[in-house]
This record gives sequence, C-alpha cells and structure tokens, in this order.
Amino acid sequence: MKDSKYLSAKTRVSRVSLGRILIYSALIMAAIYFLIPFFIMVITSIKTMNDIRTGHLIAWPREVTLEAWIKAWSTAAIGATGKGMRTYFWNSVQMVIPSVVISTIIGAINGYVFSKWRFKGSETFFSFLLLGCFIPFQVIILPMSQTLGLLGMAQSIQGLILVHIIYGIPFTTLFFRNFYVTIPDELIKAAKIDGAGFFRILWKIILPLSIPTFVVAIIWQTTQIWNDFLFGVCFSGGESQPVTVALNNLVNTSTGVKEYNVDMAAAIIAGLPTLLVYIVSGKYFLKGLTAGALKG
Amino acid sequence: MASLTITNVRKFFGSQEVLKGVSLSVKSGEFVVLVGPSGCGKSTLLNIIAGLETLDEGEIRIGNRVVNDVKPKDRDIAMVFQSYALYPNMNVRKNLAFGLENRGVPKDKIEETILRVAKMLQIDELLDRKPSQLSGGQRQRVAMGRALARDPEIFLFDEPLSNLDAKFRVEMRTEIKMLHQRIKTTVVYVTHDQIEAMTMADRIAVMKDGVIQQFDTPQQLYDNPANLFVAGFIGSPAMNFIPCRMVKDGKKIGVIFKTERKKSFFLPVRGNATAYEKWHDKEVILGIRPEQIAAGFHNQEKNPNMHQIETMVSVIEPTGPDTLVFVNINDTKITCRVNPDAARKPGEPMKLMIDMSKALFFDPETERRIDY
Repeated sequence: MKDSKYLSAKTRVSRVSLGRILIYSALIMAAIYFLIPFFIMVITSIKTMNDIRTGHLIAWPREVTLEAWIKAWSTAAIGATGKGMRTYFWNSVQMVIPSVVISTIIGAINGYVFSKWRFKGSETFFSFLLLGCFIPFQVIILPMSQTLGLLGMAQSIQGLILVHIIYGIPFTTLFFRNFYVTIPDELIKAAKIDGAGFFRILWKIILPLSIPTFVVAIIWQTTQIWNDFLFGVCFSGGESQPVTVALNNLVNTSTGVKEYNVDMAAAIIAGLPTLLVYIVSGKYFLKGLTAGALKG
Repeated sequence: MASLTITNVRKFFGSQEVLKGVSLSVKSGEFVVLVGPSGCGKSTLLNIIAGLETLDEGEIRIGNRVVNDVKPKDRDIAMVFQSYALYPNMNVRKNLAFGLENRGVPKDKIEETILRVAKMLQIDELLDRKPSQLSGGQRQRVAMGRALARDPEIFLFDEPLSNLDAKFRVEMRTEIKMLHQRIKTTVVYVTHDQIEAMTMADRIAVMKDGVIQQFDTPQQLYDNPANLFVAGFIGSPAMNFIPCRMVKDGKKIGVIFKTERKKSFFLPVRGNATAYEKWHDKEVILGIRPEQIAAGFHNQEKNPNMHQIETMVSVIEPTGPDTLVFVNINDTKITCRVNPDAARKPGEPMKLMIDMSKALFFDPETERRIDY
C-alpha cells in the first residue's frame, strides 16, 4: 500500500519534469535557430577584416572596433557614390512618415464610412478595395511605372510615397472597418439625434475610441513600408532610394575585397528601426488587434 | 410638446413589407406605448418617427409640420435607446452637454440645464464619472438625462428597460411615469412587455405584422379587445380561449362546456341574445380571463351571469396571492385564478364559478370579436 503510493508519486513527478524538459529544449533550440544569425551579424560587424578572415564565424571578436559601423554609415561605396547608408536612411524616414500618416488617416475615414454610413454599393466597393490587400505587387509594377512617369514622379521619393499610400489604404481601411463594426450603431443614432454630423461624430466620438486600431495600423504600415524592397527598387533611382535598396547595392558593390563587417553593420542599420518599433510597441500591437470596442 | 400624427406609413425592407399602412394620432402631452411581439414593426416605426429610417409611403407630422424629409436633429425629438448609447469617451457631464453644444447653446445655459436635469434624475453626484464607471440603472438615468436636457417636443423610448434586471425595471417604470406626470411632454414608448405598456401608457397601440391591431386605453384593451391577438396579448396570465359551439336551450343561446368525466354544462351568453342569433349552431371561440373563473366571487349571488361548472384539477401553481388552477374544458387547457384556500389538489374534482358577463366571443376564422 505504502509502496504503491510512493511509486505513483514518483512517476507523477518524473513525468512532469520529462515533459518540461522536452518543451524547454524545443523552445531553446528554436530560439537559438532564430537568434544565431543576428548574433553572427552583430559580432561580425564589430570585428576587423583581419579577424574575420582568420577567425571562426561564431568566434568572439579578438578586437572590438566600430570602424565598420562608421564606414557603413558615412563612407561606404554604394553604387557610384561613396557616402554610406546615411542619405538612404533618411530617404526611408522621409518616405515612411508621410506614407504611414496619410494612409492611416484615410484608412480611418474609409473604415468609418464603410461601417457606419453605408451607401448603395458600398459593400461592392469595399470588396474591390480589399482586392488591394491580395494583389501580388509584382502585377502592378509596369502600369504604376507608367503612371508615375505621367505624373512626373518617376524615380523620386514622392512617387514612392504615393505608391505606399495607395497600397497601404486597403490594409488600413480593413483594420479600421473591422474595429468600427464592433461599435454599436445606436451610438451613431444617438449622436445624429443630438445634432452631430459626419465629421463631428468622427472627431468627437469615433476617433477617441480608435486609439488601439491606430496603433495597429501605424505599426503595421511602418513595418511594411520601411521593409519594402520591390517598390523601392522599381520606383526610385539614384539618390532617392530607400535604405533597403541601398543595402542591396552596398553589398553588391565590391571593388576588391568584400568587407563583411561593413555589410553586416549596414544590414543592422537597415533593420534596426523596425526591430525597435516591435520591441517598444509589439505589446500594443497585440492589444490593439484584439481590442473590442466597448462594454455597455 | 407637440402632437404627432402618423398617416398611412408603409415601409419595405427589400421586398418585405414591414409596415403596412400604419396610422396613429398622438395627442400633445400623451404617453403612447407601441407594444407587440418581435418583428411587429414597432422599432421600425419609432425609427421612422425619429428620422433615422426613411418611409416609403405616408406622412409624419409633428405638431403642424410635415417632417418626412426633415433630419433627425431638426425634428426636435430626443431618444432613449435600449443600450443607452452613452458616449464612452466622455464623462456624464459631457454626455449631457453634447446635444446642446452641437446646437450652439451658450455655455452658462448648458451648465444650468445640466445641473437641473441631473438633480431631477438624482445623478448630480455622478457628473464626473465615465459611463463604464456607472451601473446599468445609473447609465439609464444618464441616457434619460441626455434626452431631458434637450427639452424636445417629443420623447422617444426604444425598450429602455429591457436591459435592466426585473426588480429595477419595476422601480424605473414608476419613475418614468412620475417624470412624465411632471414634465407632460408627448412620449412614444416602444416595448415588447405588455405589463410595461399597461402600467405606463395613456393609450396603447398593439402591433402585429406591421399592422396596428388596436389603439386604445389600457383598460379598454383589457376589457374590450378587438381581436384574438389583442385579447391574448394583454393580461397575464393570458386569456383562455375555449373552442365551443353556439347552441340554443329553449329561448336562451349559449355554449356547451365539456369537462372531465363527461360532464356537460350549458352556459348562456349575457344580456340580449339576439346579437348572437346568426352564430347559432356555428363554432366560436370563447375568451375568458383566468381571473374571471374562480371558486367563488364576492357578491356572486347578485350577478345573474355567474354560472357553476364542475371539473377536475390537473395542475396547480401557487403564486402567493392566488393559486393558478389548470383544468380541462372542451379538450383545452384552461387557467383559473383561485383563492389559495379554495384550491383543490391535482386529481380532485372542483366546482368553479364562471362570470359569463365578462366572456368574449371570437370568430375562429377572422379572429375578430363577434360582439365588438
């Protein structure tokens, strides 16, 4: 009797810890798999070329130096110019901020119209708009090039901004519309009876409730637009290219020795902003996606 | 306050006709309730009065003004919704002020109105709270306050008490009624609960399938329903409907009740029997309320229309003040309201007095009252 109770207690304990061990090992291995490339990038970027040539891929640097970083930022050869990532980094910033702001605002107004002020054919209109989320962007490259040329915006940051706004609107509209349908229609009815019109309702009632969705839209758009390569490489040229295109050019421009440390530093520069956005606000992204509108 | 005249309103949703030529005339200062089962069109009618829905045919007049094409905010109405619809990002004070601000009312007047209304509804302590910090009853008061602050010509209520628990609902019913007595504004109130309708209304419009079945005072609807639907809808527990045949017994005309153990009783109609001559030998439906069948009535000897039948009790339901006794007459389950002391046990025989002066007769095909 006593023995069996002791035995079962023991097996229970050991079964639990075996399961735990398996789970943790799986998680650790997955984490390593994802983190090792980044780890390698970071340590490579602070090594000297000598160190890289003679040392191991994952070996700790013998000598830590920030030379590669300085070079990547301000003097690396990208295509024909030798000015580093700095200009292109700011190009990306200039491109992202207006695109995100404008596409988010338009998405909010669209979402408001589609959910609360339905008009004849609005559902059809919305379905067509949604197509924009699913169209492979490669399909529209050629016609968009021609259009930008017609508008005199070919190969410029303004052209890129326009393209990103247009292709951001389907997503932002979707986010806002899906959020706004959870707001009870009676709230709009009450506001109408209280004398508020379209814009007053939007400004005083709807927008204050939309903060979570704004966060979602802004994070999504920032990440998408900053990380974009396709539109960047097609619609901008030379000095107006974003950081993603510049990175590609930097890595492919080698007059002689391939400077891995500079390449790594440049890659981290290109990717850091979106990484930071996630670290800072990722929690709010999740909260925003699952936010219901109201209780009661 | 103003009168409200609804003339021949028709409304289609797609191909479905939701309101089929509804006409209603509400007097200035009157409290009218639209009552009916789900889908009868009462909320649609209310939304049309408010201007939140368009009508396809007909006319709505507020006072002397035709308001068919007038926007909700210009109709001088205020509405209280079932879900209260308070602005969640604003505190109570701002909720009350919103409608007034939109109309450009000066700040000091707004402040004065808010304080007056808040005091009237006892929400003056809550002015700085947000809706999420209020209980259901408090939210409802704020919703009413928002409507009151507007001082409109007509108040519209869309099932405002449905979200409250039963006990609170009864309290709020009385409060709303007292408020109406005080401010005497015209009210149109929608509910599916006939008790709410009966206790609060000056007049009730009973609706079914987009048609007004009857528009009358509560007592009239209770005593004098125009058809089977109204008779069965008003009053709880509901009126009993007994199918029977009109027969003659000598000069008297009446109906036969068959109860358990093959007992048969002849019950003559009240008063002048000539009105029922043409129904002789035809099937009719007799309607009689549970409270009109009892073990005994006060002063029953003086009532010539009081008749006794004998039947067997099948189920009893004590409610406290009385006991509901279920019996079988003409193969139909009948409810009787009996004094708890007089109630027999299930399976036992019981003698019941039926007040035939209150009996109503309906045509089984048209469902209309024969003698309305």
